[in-house]
Amino acid sequence: MSNKLLSVENLTMKFGGLIAIDNLSFSASESQITSIIGPNGAGKTTVFNCLTGFYKPSEGEMILHKDNDSISLKKYTDFKISHKAKVARTFQNIRLFSSMSVLENLLVAQHNELMVASGYSIFGLLNLKRYKDKEREAVEKAKYWLDLTGLTTRADDNAGDLSYGDQRKLEIIRAMCTNPKLLCLDEPAAGLNPKESSELNKLLKFIKTEKQTGILLIEHDMSVVMGISDHVVVLNYGKKIFEGTAKDTRNSKEVIEAYLGVEE
Amino acid sequence: MAIFGPIVGLRTRLQKEGLYIDPQWLMVFFLVIGSALGRFLINLNSSRKTEIAFVKNTKLRISNYFSNKGKHIAITGFLFAVAYPFLPFTDRYLLDVGIMVLTYIMLGWGLNIVVGLAGLLDLGYVAFYAVGAYSFALLSTTFGWSFWICLPLAGIFAAFAGILLGFPVLRLRGDYLAIVTLGFGEIVRIILLNWYDLTGGPDGIGGISRPSFFGLPFTNNLKEGENSFHTFFNLEYSTAHKLIFLYYLILILALVTNFFTLRIRKLPVGRAWEALREDEIACKSLGVNPTNTKLTAFAIGAMFGGFAGAFFATKQTFVSPESFTFIESAIIVAIVVLGGMGSQTGVVLAAIFLIGFTEVFRELEQFRMIAFGLAMVLIMLFKPKGILSNREPTIKLHGDKK
Repeated sequence: MSNKLLSVENLTMKFGGLIAIDNLSFSASESQITSIIGPNGAGKTTVFNCLTGFYKPSEGEMILHKDNDSISLKKYTDFKISHKAKVARTFQNIRLFSSMSVLENLLVAQHNELMVASGYSIFGLLNLKRYKDKEREAVEKAKYWLDLTGLTTRADDNAGDLSYGDQRKLEIIRAMCTNPKLLCLDEPAAGLNPKESSELNKLLKFIKTEKQTGILLIEHDMSVVMGISDHVVVLNYGKKIFEGTAKDTRNSKEVIEAYLGVEE
Repeated sequence: MAIFGPIVGLRTRLQKEGLYIDPQWLMVFFLVIGSALGRFLINLNSSRKTEIAFVKNTKLRISNYFSNKGKHIAITGFLFAVAYPFLPFTDRYLLDVGIMVLTYIMLGWGLNIVVGLAGLLDLGYVAFYAVGAYSFALLSTTFGWSFWICLPLAGIFAAFAGILLGFPVLRLRGDYLAIVTLGFGEIVRIILLNWYDLTGGPDGIGGISRPSFFGLPFTNNLKEGENSFHTFFNLEYSTAHKLIFLYYLILILALVTNFFTLRIRKLPVGRAWEALREDEIACKSLGVNPTNTKLTAFAIGAMFGGFAGAFFATKQTFVSPESFTFIESAIIVAIVVLGGMGSQTGVVLAAIFLIGFTEVFRELEQFRMIAFGLAMVLIMLFKPKGILSNREPTIKLHGDKK
């Protein structure tokens, strides 16, 4: 069992009278893929929005364990989550900078490092070597990920011109360019064909094992979920109804009921 | 013909004896011919598919040409701009027009940072122009400081105004942002109009010092032992010197703006601006601070507006709120949008087109506005993204990597 990376404790999110997440607790580990599944409207994306600072949870605690240090994610709002806590995410409906090139997309992800290197633009304006080197380094890193996903030839094209599957991949590697500890993927396999989703599986496994990044995955495509998950959390109506390995989940009575309904 | 006849063909004329109606057949004739020709062209275009393909091809070729030869065009334009005051046909009037076009180019480039790059539609840009002009005017008249001290200060004041505007509008986007910035522009104008003790209200501020050429003024009435530009260089005194100097001054200021923008586009801030324009939520998820990024865009855009304002003040030697009405903002926004958002060359073309042509066709009076409107419609029809809408990536992995 690897180290615990994220623990969510008694998380509750209310929108007015609607309880989107009800007293949810689960944990995710380093170098593991934890899937969150559940029927539509179960509150999966809301969990992500809480974790990545887009929503402020009504109650509960989310703790990220990083280098023998525990960080409460509640303390940070939106952009600081990625910057300080190293939690990166992708979106259900792809959010790329579509009229910027693929490479630029990856460089924006390294904004904070480059910003410091450019002396908050002052040194960069003077075109100093220090910034040039740092920029080259950033490009190298982008190229590493591009090579890995076979997007290198498209590097100078607009992100919006890529095929749907490539856009998905780009969004994931863009998130990886922020050097995250925890990567939250919101339905990365949605709309992919079988070949593309098997490529995705490979990519995610690579990230998990080579980069020691914990992955939190929301997915409807069961071939992806069952194929790569180390751990599955099943939500329904904001409540956790099951937690366990992929195999156990498949055989769980509660999960089948949640998806297919209860027999009369 | 039936419609044109009564509308254009008859013009009422008031005389002592009563109301007369003058038929203007010539005018009707021209309009009819014009519209028939237009109709014919449209028919020609739609009836032949090959024709359309041809038009598309040429369009593609033109845009390719522009993107490939962009550098050459920029250099030719630059050389022309440098040589402009000494060209044989350039007289005082054309030089004046040149200065005006350059001022608007600079304003366009400044606003391009805010609108083109950061995607924040700012309809009150003239406010920063005004802040720059007034701070220059006040600093130079009350303290008697020279142009070169007042210029950066005017820029700083305008940048400060930019941040002041930036803070409350951080959460706004699109239409709402446009309305608030529009209001801000009006507020600044009204403050200038009403703060009589400081700004002189509608009287404006006069007697602003002219810039000097490294301490050499452009005057003819010298005291004993003083040097001026023409005595120092042993030239015949001419008012054109001053104008040529002003021309080069604004040319340099505009080029600095351009250079700065081109540079900053390739820096993380510049990329963050563009990313913010594309998708703010994605920016946040990648750890880009939207607040700081937007504020820097506002501040830097405003700073260049302030520089242009300072130049305006020193050129006119007089500022009043009348120079900073909404129509100015509208023209600057039109330049940026027409030129193609974020395109530096596009701004130049649009500024020449909008300012230059309206000046050159001044004799045509109200018809130039019709031509102006027509041109706008045509551009929106055929080039809805502006004259030059090609965006070059700021950095390339393959090919012409620098």
